[in-house]
Amino acid sequence: MRGVLWRLAGSLPALAAVVVVTFILTRVLPGDTATYFAGPTASAESIAQIRTALGLDRPLPEQFWSYVVALFHGDLGMSLTTGQPVLVDILARLPASAELTLCGLVLAMAVAIPLGIIAAVRQGSLADHACRVIVTAGVSLPVFFTGLLLVYVFYFLLGWSPAPLGRLDAFASAPPTVTGFYLIDAALIGDWETWRSAFAQLVLPAVTLGLFALAPIARITRASMLAVLGAEFIRTARAAGLASRTIILTYALRNALLPVVTTLGMVFSFLLGANVLVEKVFAWPGIGSYAVEALIASDGAPVQGFVLTMAILYVALNLTIDLINRALDPRARQA
Amino acid sequence: MTTVLDVTDFSVEFRTRSGTVKALDRVAFRIGRGETMALVGESGSGKSVTAYALLGLLDAAGRITGGRASLEGVELTTASPAALAAIRGRRAAMIFQNPRAALNPIRPIGQQIADVVRRHAGLSRRDATSRAVEMLREVGIPDPVRRAGAYPFELSGGMCQRVMIAIAVATRPALLIADEPTTGLDVTTQAVVMDIMAKLAGETGMATLLITHDLALAAERSGRIAVMHAGHIVEEAATRALLAAPRHPYTRRLLAATPTAAGDLAELRSIPGNLPDLRRADLPPCRFAARCPQHLEACEAPMVWRDIAPAHRIACWNPA
Repeated sequence: MRGVLWRLAGSLPALAAVVVVTFILTRVLPGDTATYFAGPTASAESIAQIRTALGLDRPLPEQFWSYVVALFHGDLGMSLTTGQPVLVDILARLPASAELTLCGLVLAMAVAIPLGIIAAVRQGSLADHACRVIVTAGVSLPVFFTGLLLVYVFYFLLGWSPAPLGRLDAFASAPPTVTGFYLIDAALIGDWETWRSAFAQLVLPAVTLGLFALAPIARITRASMLAVLGAEFIRTARAAGLASRTIILTYALRNALLPVVTTLGMVFSFLLGANVLVEKVFAWPGIGSYAVEALIASDGAPVQGFVLTMAILYVALNLTIDLINRALDPRARQA
Repeated sequence: MTTVLDVTDFSVEFRTRSGTVKALDRVAFRIGRGETMALVGESGSGKSVTAYALLGLLDAAGRITGGRASLEGVELTTASPAALAAIRGRRAAMIFQNPRAALNPIRPIGQQIADVVRRHAGLSRRDATSRAVEMLREVGIPDPVRRAGAYPFELSGGMCQRVMIAIAVATRPALLIADEPTTGLDVTTQAVVMDIMAKLAGETGMATLLITHDLALAAERSGRIAVMHAGHIVEEAATRALLAAPRHPYTRRLLAATPTAAGDLAELRSIPGNLPDLRRADLPPCRFAARCPQHLEACEAPMVWRDIAPAHRIACWNPA
């Protein structure tokens, strides 16, 4: 438990650095917020007025100070594009991104881990070659391309999938928010029609993300399984006549999962990045598309909020990975 | 004495990219109940390959090309992989060098013993756990109830080797193959580990095949020694007879290269030359011929086993 608290404390400097860097970044980015919002026909006077209203005319240290003070009060500023507090926007959109990312990751794990195991156990078999092909494809296809391809095939050509226009089709209404995950919220109230609609919308973007995440997970699982299968303790287990099921699942896999878990953390963070594109392609109302829109509009506060949220997610993610590693590996509990 | 393991004309080859390695050629020996036989030879002579091949643990490139090997009357060379897996751990067990690496790093040691007992004795989870504790006590691990929950990294090398022995003998096998069991342990721990093995063998009548490059260890701990060179057994005799009157030139050289407590280090002689390349198609009948100081024309004749004294056989045309 103390170790966990230490880990948490250790991530505070990183968060502080993120606050500073995002602040500076949004200030040095090209584009003037005041000009953008005043509109193309605005006079110099009204632009100056807006600049004063937004506090953009004050010196940078002063702006930074008021930003930090507001941050400590849970105030991430106002989004000029949506006219809402950034915190409200992000909290409303984060579940959409989280649901998509988690589904993509679970899907990738469900395919990649068994594939990696089979590829390692039956080296040179059909499964091994399939693994190699999928890994290569997953690495070389960019997500926006896979996403568009899937939309083209499954929506446009085959018509199996609904229009890629967000989390629900136009006629369904969102389930009452409990977790913000539509699949869970709809299931909680037993609204299976909404559930199906949310599921149908989720499939293609989740598969897109899943295909992207598949490659690193399958590759690490295979490599790690191969390394463990060649280890001396596997020879011991075989010499002791343990059943091959026990050897592969209990002895080899549990050991092989240690690097896989670490990779999962990395893959998850890649997915958060890839999300930005996938959300664009599928009109997914997540924080990725929110940030992109804000960035294009030179709207600083949402961009800062987005980066900060991501940073917090990363920290939480790394902590989770650490905890899982501790649960799996007694040697990590010691340190 | 009942024969536990009877190996005759046992040959093993490895297919590699650079050719077929004739790793074992017509290896033959027997081990009786309660007996300890040492298989000695330099690295690469085929000692471990013999053990792995017997238990069906060769990797995919290796295969048995001839001969028989029966364990308690069960033929091992023709047994199915499943049948071999059932024999391994139940009737024939094996321990290795580097015991810490030979144990699963993230599984409690008691659990690892229990896994084997559950598999072979069909015990319930609870009975297997108490059997594991019992075994830990038997190999002299203090506070076995608490230690059963320990992980290999929490134990010393000697303790890990005791755990390995506990795993191996938990099912009361007829044969224990110990592959360099004391390499990497300090001298006092070596003695303790060997004592534990000897005690268990004495109590249960287990036969032991001790694989080692350490002639001193073999001299002290075995009843019989078989000397291996380049995939051949070249001499086999009762330990005392072999040490007192080695007949094969290789054995003599090997002994001359072994330090003793009484001898002067300056008198140690290395064996000239190297093991022959076992991929060669034209391997000479005697694989020691090229290194042998007593090489004769007659040595080009096929290798034949000869008893030169009761229970003392050699494969040499010109013994000392």
